[in-house]
Amino acid sequence: MRINRASHKQEEGTHFRSSRLLEVTDFALSFTTYTGGLKETTEQAIKKLDMTIDTGEIVAVVGASGSGKSLLANAILGMLPANATVSGLIKYKGKALTLQDQVQLRGTEIAMIPQSVNSLDPLMKAGKQVRTMIKGKNKKEKQREIFAAVGLDEKVERNYPFQLSGGMARRVLIAIAMVSSAELIVADEPTPGLDEQALEDSIRPIRLLADQGKGVMFITHDIGTALRLADKIVVFNDGKTIETANVKDFYGKGEALRHPYTKQLWNALPQNGFHTP
Amino acid sequence: MSEFMFHSNLNNQNNLIKNKLQLKSRGETVLQAREISYRYGTGSWIMEDVNLGVKPGEVVGLTGKSGAGKTTLAKIIAGYLKPNHGRVTIDGYLLQEKNAPHPVQLVWQHPEKVINPRWRMEKTLLEGGTYTDELLQDLEIKKDWLRRWPSELSGGELQRICLARALGASPGYLIADEMTTMLDAITQAQIWHTVLHMVEKKNIGVLAISHDNALLNRVSDRMVDFSMIRDKYETKK
Amino acid sequence: MNNKVRKRKYSLRQRTIAKIVIALVLLLIMVVSSLLIGPDRLGVNLDLRNQSPSLDFLFGTDWLGRDMLARTLKGLVLSLGVGVLAAFASTCIALLLSLVAAWSSWTDRLVSWLIDLFLSVPHLVTLILISFTVGGGFKGVVIGLSLTHWPSLTRVLRAELLQIKQAEYIQVSKRLGKTRGWIARHHYLPHLMPQLLIGFTLLFPHAILHEAAVTFLGFGLSAEQPAIGVILSESMNYLTTGMWWLAFFPGLSLVCMVALFDLLGQSVRKMIDPYHAMK
Repeated sequence: MRINRASHKQEEGTHFRSSRLLEVTDFALSFTTYTGGLKETTEQAIKKLDMTIDTGEIVAVVGASGSGKSLLANAILGMLPANATVSGLIKYKGKALTLQDQVQLRGTEIAMIPQSVNSLDPLMKAGKQVRTMIKGKNKKEKQREIFAAVGLDEKVERNYPFQLSGGMARRVLIAIAMVSSAELIVADEPTPGLDEQALEDSIRPIRLLADQGKGVMFITHDIGTALRLADKIVVFNDGKTIETANVKDFYGKGEALRHPYTKQLWNALPQNGFHTP
Repeated sequence: MSEFMFHSNLNNQNNLIKNKLQLKSRGETVLQAREISYRYGTGSWIMEDVNLGVKPGEVVGLTGKSGAGKTTLAKIIAGYLKPNHGRVTIDGYLLQEKNAPHPVQLVWQHPEKVINPRWRMEKTLLEGGTYTDELLQDLEIKKDWLRRWPSELSGGELQRICLARALGASPGYLIADEMTTMLDAITQAQIWHTVLHMVEKKNIGVLAISHDNALLNRVSDRMVDFSMIRDKYETKK
Repeated sequence: MNNKVRKRKYSLRQRTIAKIVIALVLLLIMVVSSLLIGPDRLGVNLDLRNQSPSLDFLFGTDWLGRDMLARTLKGLVLSLGVGVLAAFASTCIALLLSLVAAWSSWTDRLVSWLIDLFLSVPHLVTLILISFTVGGGFKGVVIGLSLTHWPSLTRVLRAELLQIKQAEYIQVSKRLGKTRGWIARHHYLPHLMPQLLIGFTLLFPHAILHEAAVTFLGFGLSAEQPAIGVILSESMNYLTTGMWWLAFFPGLSLVCMVALFDLLGQSVRKMIDPYHAMK
């Protein structure tokens, strides 16, 4: 059932060399909020977060809903609300990111596959939405190539977003990320509540992104999907990254997993015993 | 590790659907959806002539592709939509009644959408009727959550509140429509253990809807493939 | 990477409360000082006619030697009374009608028809008509203003309710056996609170200006009542003689009062609406 993950590895002698794309060290994030009366309190949403993403690699960030995963995505893209305060270091291609850099890189070098398919322009045909992101000539040709790669029928390019099913719309979003020149793709819960076939159709193109040499940060609460797609799993709980595990460590009763929470997560899956801590 | 008992007869054989439900005894308060047909306006039929039944204390898993109409069926059974044809009955009686809680309560996929964002949790909980300490304990709801706003609770915590609210209306049946899809594996397991416990304790019937067959295999006594009951009409032609 | 952290001495909420307190205090000073003004200050004093502003008469005096400061204060409080009463009554009517519109599809059609009807006739015409019918004066103006200023707010509230009626949590509430009355009281009303406040603050200056207009045309308050509208219309006659203070100070005071109310409305909204406050 697993997607062919070996195809992109550098040992296979492909055309790019793996290098460090993103490095997050000691990242923390807090919000200023009001509790009841007049007191301003700071609420620590992310306490300590460390992770790295290399080119051609899919790193899944797995954690409970409300654990601050989406905030991390927004922090990398520089889209935090005004009452947020951050500390720590985010390095992109070895260079520390400033807020100005982020705004500049957003959409050019760092792109996002959003959670909601409502992010598509409702008044523009699917094909055109992809073509506007393509630089250079032969836009139509390139767009058709991409559509074929993500498994979209050619006639879909003439459809408006409301005519697309959820799975198709999601693949259009992925196609947009593919044609952009972005090297780092942040995907925030791109596969919510999909059946087996739709899930397969949605994650295959994400693997294609990595095969192009892009780094993918795949944020999800669903460890099952993460295991099928990712190279590394960063387990996120209670505002901290508690373990970075290799996909191959998830087997049996979780003997190879180091942190007890990761083990619990693995063993709580319906197919693995459905145990509660 | 909790030593939780699942219903012993995990019915995982080929899950072929019996179109006509066989009621074991006449006196049972069986929830039945009979010959349900539905379409939006004059569009094509989303489902035609669908039959489905749930007995008290039974967990029925409804699986099928996303967008196939499982949620529409759930909404029809829980009284959110009126079917074009067919009816939903409990023990032969129609469910409609005025200003009383519906006997079939739906638990939705996104708890944050079915909670008034301007209410503290306690008020949301009381919307279902009354709540008891015992119910809170069963659902592992902490007392101090009740003073908080919805934005201050996680998805799993909100879903427990929604579940408590639904159970507070003392329904005969629950429909769990992708109830734990947005939650992490641990929270999913915890919530389902609680639901199965309540099923046993209060003899509630549950229709569990999910695309996750592994989950449905775990929790349900019997599985129904929606495409089979939906396409029955087509195949008959 | 570091977001700029501006350390403020006071929190947002403290600053908001400060604004509310200042606005309330200023309004209170206005009301109290007008109550303290005795009839002697308002009286005619022909020796001191047409005085330009000085330390003795901060706002100057008019052609009958009346102190303009005293008249302005009295006028402001009168306008305030008319404005508050009329805006409040209008808001109540708008709320009631929007809830009626939310009841069912035929009541919605009825309310929409009423809104269109009232909006198709100019405010001032209906206002004069109603004010005249109920006998004019203070009562006539207030009733007239109340019955003519609700349509625009009702339209906003109705649209808001149409939207929230479709919300999933309202659907759930119905399946939990809640009556339409219960849903209106517990779901709709709190949801409409911010709109009601904004509507109130927007209706208020409208009401005051229309009050002045009706008074100016002779269908409103009687000339001996020192309403701002009366003062302004009277001073029109003397502006050409260079007595600028007759219109300037009362007009400025009216603008200030309206601005204060606006500030008050915005600040109160920030306080009572935690849902939108941080946006």
